[in-house]
Amino acid sequence: MDKPLTRNIKSDGSTVTLAEYLASGGYEGLKKTLAEFAPLDVQQRVKDSGLRGRGGAGFPTGLKWSFVPMGEDAPRTKYLVVNGDEMEPGAFKDRLLLEGDPHQLIEGVVIAAYAIQANIAYVFLRGEYRLAAARLRQAIAEAEAQGLLGEGILGSGFSLDLRLHTSAGRYICGEETALLNSLEGKRANPRAKPPFPQVSGLFGKPTIVNNVETLCNLPHILRNGVEWYKGLSRTGEPGTKIYGVSGRVRSPGAWELPMGTTAREIIEEHAGGMRDGYRLKGYLPGGASTDFLLPEHLDIPMDYGSIGKAGSRLGTGTMILLDDKTCPVQMVLNLERFFAQESCGWCTPCRDGLPWTVSLLEGLIEGRGRPEDLATLERLCGLLGPGNTFCALAPGAMEPLQSALKYFRADFERYLQPQTTRGGMYA
Amino acid sequence: MTLTSDEIQAILREARHFPHPSAAAIEALNVVQRSHGWISDELLQEIAELLGMSPAELDSIATFYNLIYRRPVGRRVIHYCNSVSCWMLGAEDNRRHLSEKLGIAVGETTGNGEYTLLPIVCLGACDKAPVLMIGDETHFNVDPARLDDILGETGAP
Amino acid sequence: MPDKIVGNDFGPPKAGPKDGLQGGSPHKIVGNGFGPPKAGLHIEIDGKSHPVKAGENLLQAILSLGLDLPYFCWHPAMGSVGACRQCGVIQFKDANDAQGRVVMACMTPVAEGMRISLQGPDAKAFRAGILELLMTNHPHDCPVCEEGGECHLQDMTVMTGHTVRQYRGLKRTHRNQDLGPFINHEMNRCIACYRCVRYYQDYCGGDDLQVFASHNHVYFGRQEDGVLENEFSGNLVEVCPTGVFTDKTFSRHYSRKWDLQTAPSVCVHCGIGCNTSPGERYGSLRRIVNRYHGEINGYFLCDRGRFGYGFVNGPARLYQARSAETGPLDVSTAENRLRAMLEDAKGIVGIGSPRASLEANFALRERVGAERFHAGIGDAEHGCLRTLLDLVRNLPLHLVSLREAERADAVLILGEDPTQTAPRLALALRQAVRNRALAIADELGIPHWQDAAVREAAQAEKSPLFIASPAPTRLDDIAARTCRASPRTIARLGFAVAHGICPEAPAVMGLTPEHEALAAEIAQALTSAERPLIVAGTGCLSEDVLRAVGQIAAALAAARPGRATAVHFAVPECNSLGLALMDAQSLAHAAHTIESGEADTLLILENDLYRRADRTTVDALLTRARQVIVIDHTLHATAERAHLVLPAASFAETEGTLVSSEGRAQRFFAAMQPAGDSRDGWRWLGPWPCLDDLTRALADSLPVFQQITACAPGAAFRIAGQKIPRQPHRYSGRTAMLADIRIHEPKQPEDTDSALAFSMEGAANDHPPALNPFVWAPGWNSNQAVGKFQDEAGGHLSGGDPGIRLIGDGAGTGLPWSVPPETEASIADALRLVPLHHIFGSDETSMHSSAVAERAPHPYVALNPEDAARLGLAEGEEVELAPDVWLPVKCLPGLAAGIAGVPAGLPDLPVPVTAWQSWKPNKPGDETS
Ligand SMILES: Cc1cc2nc3c(=O)[nH]c(=O)nc-3n(C[C@H](O)[C@H](O)[C@H](O)COP(=O)(O)O)c2cc1C
Ligand code: SF4
Ligand code: FES
Repeated sequence: MDKPLTRNIKSDGSTVTLAEYLASGGYEGLKKTLAEFAPLDVQQRVKDSGLRGRGGAGFPTGLKWSFVPMGEDAPRTKYLVVNGDEMEPGAFKDRLLLEGDPHQLIEGVVIAAYAIQANIAYVFLRGEYRLAAARLRQAIAEAEAQGLLGEGILGSGFSLDLRLHTSAGRYICGEETALLNSLEGKRANPRAKPPFPQVSGLFGKPTIVNNVETLCNLPHILRNGVEWYKGLSRTGEPGTKIYGVSGRVRSPGAWELPMGTTAREIIEEHAGGMRDGYRLKGYLPGGASTDFLLPEHLDIPMDYGSIGKAGSRLGTGTMILLDDKTCPVQMVLNLERFFAQESCGWCTPCRDGLPWTVSLLEGLIEGRGRPEDLATLERLCGLLGPGNTFCALAPGAMEPLQSALKYFRADFERYLQPQTTRGGMYA
Repeated sequence: MTLTSDEIQAILREARHFPHPSAAAIEALNVVQRSHGWISDELLQEIAELLGMSPAELDSIATFYNLIYRRPVGRRVIHYCNSVSCWMLGAEDNRRHLSEKLGIAVGETTGNGEYTLLPIVCLGACDKAPVLMIGDETHFNVDPARLDDILGETGAP
Repeated sequence: MPDKIVGNDFGPPKAGPKDGLQGGSPHKIVGNGFGPPKAGLHIEIDGKSHPVKAGENLLQAILSLGLDLPYFCWHPAMGSVGACRQCGVIQFKDANDAQGRVVMACMTPVAEGMRISLQGPDAKAFRAGILELLMTNHPHDCPVCEEGGECHLQDMTVMTGHTVRQYRGLKRTHRNQDLGPFINHEMNRCIACYRCVRYYQDYCGGDDLQVFASHNHVYFGRQEDGVLENEFSGNLVEVCPTGVFTDKTFSRHYSRKWDLQTAPSVCVHCGIGCNTSPGERYGSLRRIVNRYHGEINGYFLCDRGRFGYGFVNGPARLYQARSAETGPLDVSTAENRLRAMLEDAKGIVGIGSPRASLEANFALRERVGAERFHAGIGDAEHGCLRTLLDLVRNLPLHLVSLREAERADAVLILGEDPTQTAPRLALALRQAVRNRALAIADELGIPHWQDAAVREAAQAEKSPLFIASPAPTRLDDIAARTCRASPRTIARLGFAVAHGICPEAPAVMGLTPEHEALAAEIAQALTSAERPLIVAGTGCLSEDVLRAVGQIAAALAAARPGRATAVHFAVPECNSLGLALMDAQSLAHAAHTIESGEADTLLILENDLYRRADRTTVDALLTRARQVIVIDHTLHATAERAHLVLPAASFAETEGTLVSSEGRAQRFFAAMQPAGDSRDGWRWLGPWPCLDDLTRALADSLPVFQQITACAPGAAFRIAGQKIPRQPHRYSGRTAMLADIRIHEPKQPEDTDSALAFSMEGAANDHPPALNPFVWAPGWNSNQAVGKFQDEAGGHLSGGDPGIRLIGDGAGTGLPWSVPPETEASIADALRLVPLHHIFGSDETSMHSSAVAERAPHPYVALNPEDAARLGLAEGEEVELAPDVWLPVKCLPGLAAGIAGVPAGLPDLPVPVTAWQSWKPNKPGDETS
C-alpha cells in the first residue's frame, strides 16, 4: 500500500533530515515542476488530480488556485500561506507531518507558490507546536542553504521567501481569513467573503491559504502524475488521507490510508478496536465540529461525499469516539465550552449563542434543566447554523450538538428526571 | 522592566518583514514574553512605541490571544489540555492532582513563583491523551503517577 | 485668466433656493410610483416589486424605500461589516425557490430581479432570535439608563417582537472607566456591535478607544481610565445603539428625550454651521444633539459643538439689565435708560458681532447707520475676511460643503489646523483621503459599503493631502507631506504651487530647494486630481496666505477651463462670513471715530472687545467713550466696563440667520424662552414687531442677502392650519411642572417669530426640514429615525437640506495675477508671534462650559526646541509676552523655526495675537523692553 505522505516518517518520533529526504526522492517533484511545467500547467495538473483541501472544508485545491489573478497584469506581490494552526479538538494529523517530515511540506509549499506565482510564503503555525517550529526552522535553513528556497530556486527564475509565524493561540486563527488578520498582526476576526483571499488577501494582495496535509500531497502528484494519484484511493475521491482515532480504543493514533477507507476498518484494524469493557456509542468522524455518526455508519467509506451523505462531514478525518460509559451530554458540553471560549466575539450568534448553549447544558447536567430547554437548544442549533453567522465556527460548533440531540435524545431527557430516578448509566 | 537591546533588535528584525511595523505585533509580543515571562504595562508601552502603535492598539491584540499573558505567571506555565479527548481520558484527574500537589487552583501561581496552572485547548496530540505542556515541553499519556515523575524531574516543591 | 465657469467638480448643489419652503413629507410613502426614478434595478420584496439603486446593499435599499428592517452594526456613514447579524432577510434563489436562505441584508448587493422576504416567518424568527441573543447579557436597566426612550436597542427589540425571555443564566459584567468630562461609560449595556471602535478608529482616526479580549468578554474602552482624546468622541453617544456611551454633561441635569423641548438650531461655536437640536427642560438648556444635514454635518458634530452649550445656563449668564452706577435694573427702567442714553449721544458707534445673527447685526446697523457700523473683530482678521471675500467674489471659486469636501481626491491645506479652527471640516477631510481606497476597491470590484474589505484592499493607500502650517496639526497622520513654516513662507509656497500649475502665474524667487520640490509635487497632485480642494482660512491671520489660495484657484481654473476651483475657507465664528458680507467698518475705524470726537457713545452687540484687540487699545477706547452700552448674554470684561448692560437671549432662546463658511445662510430657532429678562438682541435695538419683518428689511436693503427670507418658512407658515410643536407629543408633566409654585397651568408662551410653537400640540408630520425640531417616527424613537427623513439612507433630507448659499458658486471671472510676497527678513533675537488655535479653549462661549474648559490648555508660549535652546529658554520657564503677561515656555517639536506660538482666545490670556508681530522674549530679571 502506497503511503506517500508518511512513508518517511519514523516511528521513534525523530525528524527526517534533508539528506534523508533527498535520498528518498525528495524534491524530485519540485525539480520536475520547475523544469517541465508552467505555473498554469501545475494548476491544471492539480485540478485534474482532484485533490481536495484537507483543512476541513474539502474545497478542490486546483479550483481555489485558479481564482488567483495570473499573468502580466496581476499584482506583483502574492502570498501563499500554510495553515498549520490545527487547534480543533480531535485533530492531530498536521503535527505528524510537520514534526515528522518538514521538507515534504516545504517542497509542497514551493510547488504551490510556483503555481500561483507567489514569492512570499508563510507557515502559520500554532504556538504550542514548539517542536514542529524548531524542526521547521531547521528545515527551512537547510533548504535555503541548498537553493531549494530563496532566490532562483534550483537555478530556475522562481524565487520564494518562506517565513515561519508562530501564533499566539486561538482556534479561530485556523479560519483562513481570520488567519490572515492574525498574520497581519491584528485580532483574528474573520473577514467577509467576497472579496475572497485569492483576490484581496494578506495585506490586500492575492493569497492562497492551504492546509499542511493538502500541500504535502503536491510533491507526489507532480512527481508521479495524476493517474497514479487517483489510483491511491478506494473511492472516486483521489489520494490517501491521514485518518486518526482518539478516545477509548486500544491504540489511538493516525494512519495514512487510501481515501475512502471505512471507519470500521480504521477503528478495528488500525486502532485495535475498543478497549475492554467499552462499546462504541457514536463518533465524530472528522473532529469536534462534525456531526455524530452511529455504529451503524461504520461501514461508510470515509470520504467527503459519503460522510456528507450520511449527515456529517469528513472534516479533518480525525475521529473522536464516544463510548458507552461516557455521557454524550457531558461530551457535548465539553465541546461547546471549547467553542464558546474560542469564539472571536465578532458576530452575535456565536459570541452570545454559544455561552447560552453552555449554560443550558450545564443547567441540565446540574439538575436545573427544564423541558423546554431541549427545544431552546434545538432552536440555537438553527440560529447558529450555516449562513447565519459570520464564519463557520459556530455552525461547526452546532454540528455535534444537533446530532447528539437527534441520536442521544434519551441521554438529554434523562437529566430532566429527578436525580433519584435518573439511574447511574455513566461514571 | 524594560526591553533589552536584543529584544529590540529582534522586534525590529521581525518588523522589517512586513509592509508596516505594526504587523509584527504578535511576533513582538512573543519575543518579549519569551524572555520576560509576561507582558507588563510598561513592556506593552515600549513595544507599542517601537511598532508605532498606541498602547491601546497593542493591548487590543495582546488581550485577544490565549498565549499572551498580561499578568505575571510562574517560571513555568503548566498548560493542561481540557478538550474533548483529554477530558474523556483523565484530564480532570490530572488537574486535581496538580492542584493538590502544587497547592494552587487553576489560574494561580505557586508561592515560589515556579508554576502557574492554566487550562489550554486541544494540544493536537489526542492519540496520546491526556496531554499537558510544562514550559515548552509537551508530555503525553499523562496520569497522576507520571506527573509525580515529571514534576520531580523539573524540580517541583 | 480663466474662461467663464460652467461647473465645479461636485455637481450642482442639491439644495435649491426654494427647498426650505417645500414642506416635503418626512414619512416616506412606499412605492407610490411618483418618486424620482432610481438608476436601474428592481427587486421583489414579499411579492411586490420595488425600484432600487444599483450598487447599494439590500439594507440600504430597504431603508431607502421607507421599509423597516432592524440593524445594529451597519451605519450609513460607516458602511457594512456584517457583525451583528440583525438585518437578516430571506433570499430566494429564483422564482421557484420557496424555501430561501437567510442572508444579511447589509452584506448583500442588490441585483436585478432579486427575490427576498422581510416578513416571512423564517426571517422574523431569525431576527427575533438574534435580538434575544443580544439581550442575554444586556442588563435591562432601561428605567435608570439615560438612553431609555431614545434607544436604538429598545426600538429594535420592539421591532423584532422579542418579548419573552428564555435565558436564565448569569449575565457577564464589566468594570466601567472614567473617560473624561464628556462621556459616561456603562459597559454592561454593550451589545458588542463594534460601532464605537469602528467610528472612533476608522472614521475619526483615534487610537485610544479599542476593543479588548475576545468571545463574550469583549470590552470596549481605553487601555486605562482617562480622557478620550479624539475631538469627535461625543458622537459615540449617538453612534452607540444603546447606553454604553452617554453624554456626561447631560447626566448632571438629565431629562428624557420625550420631555425635552427642542428646536432646529445651528451650532454657534465655529464657522462651519453644523445643524443641531438643543433640548430644554425647566428653563435650562440640557444638551445638544446632532441634527442631520445632508450637505454639512451629516451624522456627526465635534465635541466643542456638542458640549459647549454650558454658557446658556452658566455662572456668567446675564439675566438682568444692570447699570454701572445702580446695579440691577428692571426691564422698563433699562429700556428708559437705553432710550435716554441714545438720545443723549453725540454720535453712536455701533459694534456688531460675528457671533450674533445677521438680523441682530442689521438691527444695530439700522440703529447707528452703515457708516457707524463696525464689525467688532480684530483688524488682522478683518483684513483677512475682506481679502477672502474679494477672492470669493472675483475668482472662479466654489466654496465646498463638507459632503463635497469628503469627495475631494487631493487636498492642500495652507496655514490652517482645521481640527482646531473648523473641527467638523477636519473630520470630512479624514474621509476625503479615503477616496484612493475607494478607487482601489472599484478596481477590485468591491462595493464601497463593504467597509472592512475596502480598508483591507487599500491598506495604507490614501489620496494626497498636503499640509503647510506653522505648527503640527491633528491631520498630520493622514498627510502625504507636511511642511512647517511661517505664514509668509506658507504663502510663498502657495504662490509657487500656482506657478507650478499655470506658468503664467508669477514665479516665486529664492525658494529653498525643498520648498521648490514640494511645490512641484503639490502642483502635480492638484492638477492630476479629479476633484482638488484647497483649504485655508483666517487661522494664521495672513492675507498673503489667502492671496496664495486665490492664486492657486486661478491657476487651476486656467489649467482646467470651465471648472471652478473647490475651496474651503475656515472662519472663526458662526457668523464671521455673514458679518463680513455686511461690509462693516474696522475696529480701528471705531477707535478713530471715538478718538476724534465724532461720536461719544459705544453700542456694543454681543461682543467682548478684549478678545479683539490688545488691552491698552480697548481700555483707551472704553475710557474715551462717554457712554458704553453692551447687549450680551454673558458677562465679560467689556460688559464689566459698560455703563449699561442689557441681557440678550442666547442662541437657544432666539432666532435668526447665520452665514456659514460655505456661504450658506441658515436659520436657527429658539428652543426655549429667553432666560430672566433677556430678550432677542435685536428687540433691544429697534422697532421690528417680529423677526420676519427684520429679515425682510435686511433682504431688501442689502442685495447679497436678497434670498435669506427663503432660508426657512416664515412665522406665518402652517401645516393644515397648525404650527409645528417644539415638544414631542409624549412630553410629560406640562400641567404639573410648576405645581409647586402655582396649581394653574400657565398659558404656553406665544411665538410670533416663527412657525414653531412652545407646545406639544400642532402638526406632527410633514415638517419642512428647516423647521424640524427633532426626528421621531413610528417605531423609531432613537436618532436612527433620521432615516425616515432622508431621500435615501445617508442621503439628503427629503424636501432638501436647509439653507441658501449666498456666495461662492464659482461665478467670479477673474482678478489679475497677484505678486508673491518677498522672503521675510530674519529678525535677530526675536520671534514672530502666531496664534495657535485650540478646539477647546479658543472659542469664547464654549469655554463657559466646565467640561470644555477642563480640556483647554493652560496659557503658554510655544517655541521650537532649537529656538528655545538658541534663546536659552527651558521648558516651563516664564517669559514676558506683553507687559506684565508672563507665560511658561512650551517646547513644541515640529513648530516652524523663528515662530512663537500663543494659544488663541484663551479667557485667562488677555493678549490676543492681533497680527504677525515680532516679539523678543524677556526672562524675569531681564530688562523689560
Ligand atoms: C473555526 C475554523 C477553524 C479552522 N481551523 C483550521 C485549521 O486549524 N487548519 C486548517 O488547515 N484549516 C482550518 N480551517 C479551515 C480553513 O478555513 C481553510 O478552509 C483551510 O485552511 C483551507 O485549506 P485547504 O483548502 O487546503 O483545506 C478552519 C476553519 C474554521 C471555520
Ligand atoms: S459599546 Fe456600544 S457601540 Fe460599542 S460595540 Fe458596544 S454596543 Fe456597540
Ligand atoms: S446590520 Fe447587517 S449584520 Fe449588522
